[in-house]
Amino acid sequence: MPNSTHIVYRKSSWWKLNQQRLTPWIFLFPGLLLFLVYVIWPIFNSLYISLLQWDGLSPAIYVGLTNYIELLDDEYFYISLLNNLKWLILFMLAVPIGLGLAVFLNQTIFGIRLIKSLFFFPFVISQVVIGIIFSWFYNPRGVIGPFLDKIGLSNYAILADENFATYGIIFAGIYPQIAYCMILYLTGLNNLNTDQIEAGRMDGAKGLSLFKNIILPQLKPATFLAIVVTVIGSLRSFDMVAIMTQGGPYGSTNVLAYYMFETALSEYGYRMGYGSAIAAVLFTIMMFYILFFIYRMYQSEKKGL
Amino acid sequence: MFPIPIQKRPLINRISYKILVPVSLFIWLIPLIGIMLTSIRGLGDITAGNYWGIPSEFLLFSNIKDVFQNTPMLSYIINSFKITIPTVIGAVAISCMTGFALASYKFKANLFIFFTFIAGNFVPFQILMIPVRDLTFQMGLYDTVTGLVLFHVAFQTGFCTLFMRNFIKALPNELFEAARIDGTSEFNIFLKIVVPLTRPAIAALSVLIFTFIWNDFFWATVLIQGQHAMPITAGLKSLNGQWVTVYHLLSAGSIIAAVPPVIMFFLMQKHFIAGLTLGASKG
Repeated sequence: MPNSTHIVYRKSSWWKLNQQRLTPWIFLFPGLLLFLVYVIWPIFNSLYISLLQWDGLSPAIYVGLTNYIELLDDEYFYISLLNNLKWLILFMLAVPIGLGLAVFLNQTIFGIRLIKSLFFFPFVISQVVIGIIFSWFYNPRGVIGPFLDKIGLSNYAILADENFATYGIIFAGIYPQIAYCMILYLTGLNNLNTDQIEAGRMDGAKGLSLFKNIILPQLKPATFLAIVVTVIGSLRSFDMVAIMTQGGPYGSTNVLAYYMFETALSEYGYRMGYGSAIAAVLFTIMMFYILFFIYRMYQSEKKGL
Repeated sequence: MFPIPIQKRPLINRISYKILVPVSLFIWLIPLIGIMLTSIRGLGDITAGNYWGIPSEFLLFSNIKDVFQNTPMLSYIINSFKITIPTVIGAVAISCMTGFALASYKFKANLFIFFTFIAGNFVPFQILMIPVRDLTFQMGLYDTVTGLVLFHVAFQTGFCTLFMRNFIKALPNELFEAARIDGTSEFNIFLKIVVPLTRPAIAALSVLIFTFIWNDFFWATVLIQGQHAMPITAGLKSLNGQWVTVYHLLSAGSIIAAVPPVIMFFLMQKHFIAGLTLGASKG
């Protein structure tokens, strides 16, 4: 008996000594475990699968870089890549438009809070719903129909026009993104340094020059965040494409995110290896942004420590 | 204050601003107004092409009733709640712990782990898709709510950890030090000091994650197949395929799907925006 109490005592003193060192790991354990299993490991696993020929059921065959070589000759891959680029470039418009809206709405009139929330509305709603709304909107027998008739474009369906369908989807996708950028800038405008603005005004800065030289630099954190979320938003275009066109007509609205899904998990086949190769390309593109973001955060962490 | 408060402008500007704001709001919301109008119409209006005129019948409630009676909408909504609520609780609870660990302890791997969480959070879903689907299959959780929730919790842990860590880091460190000197154990510091102080962050994260997960479509498509576990986003998509011509019902369904996140947003607006704009005002 005395022996056992002795052990308990020693245990607790060992714990007391190492508590500071061990506690963070105990707290990290569940989160880190889940994250490693569901996020980190799958990334490497996908990169490995991209070297296989595999339908998900029968034994996989190692084929080296064959999938990537096939990508080089795949017309749909290039269409998707080009569409991703269109998404990215046009999505960037959400940043200045959001800024414009924020400046426009940054007033204190009766009901402005409600008005700002209503402007923000599209972001709260699911992209699936936004996609359905715009499909209905674009339908020549739908909401836009009467207007199309007036301008002599009756029965024009943008989503069925392989030259313009992508722009139709991007327009729908950018709608909630503008709302997001707007809210970022509204917060930024709310936290401006009043003294600097007043000093600027004293010096005679007005309108555009005040905006360019004093306001915009102060909005830099908001701009940075707006660009980061917009780039990521533009690369996550899956929902909109899936709802509005499923990549059609003739694959003209495909983006990497949707093309990958289609290759790996749809009636067009279960080509896990090829799908993973597409995902790997998408991942590589995204990685540049992630590293850029991490680098920025690391810099500010170093300053903070 | 930028721009100059409208009250300090000439009368003419003030008046035109007050007209311009509601007008632009109306234009901005045209797509949403369009779908709301459609949802109260009957089939007669739709086939007659009356999309913008005054609805000839007010059928919102009967359309909603139709949707619930003729489609599995009710079970989709219940599934959405069954997926969303456990995910919110799980992700927030786990990230309180990870956030605390990364914010208040110095150890070698600290920043590395923190950045791993952030980087993972930005990764495109497609690079995770096949392994996660396989894993879920192997655990026997494919096509179940549990399988989807487990993944969501894991993935959201990235963003939530970033959020909680930065919030806890901004708390005064003296609080923890004082408690330690008093002999409070690390677990009690977490439970009695950190958790109560992070309540605003917990609220902000909860509304954000609720909205993200409620609106998730991709993972619902990848990990769920049958109606019994399908959330409302995937459900709407399948209705979209079946109902090409009955847009009034589809509109009613879309509105039903949008209601919970919209209510959440209006009730918790301050927290929601605080969460989204984290970092927008400071470097």
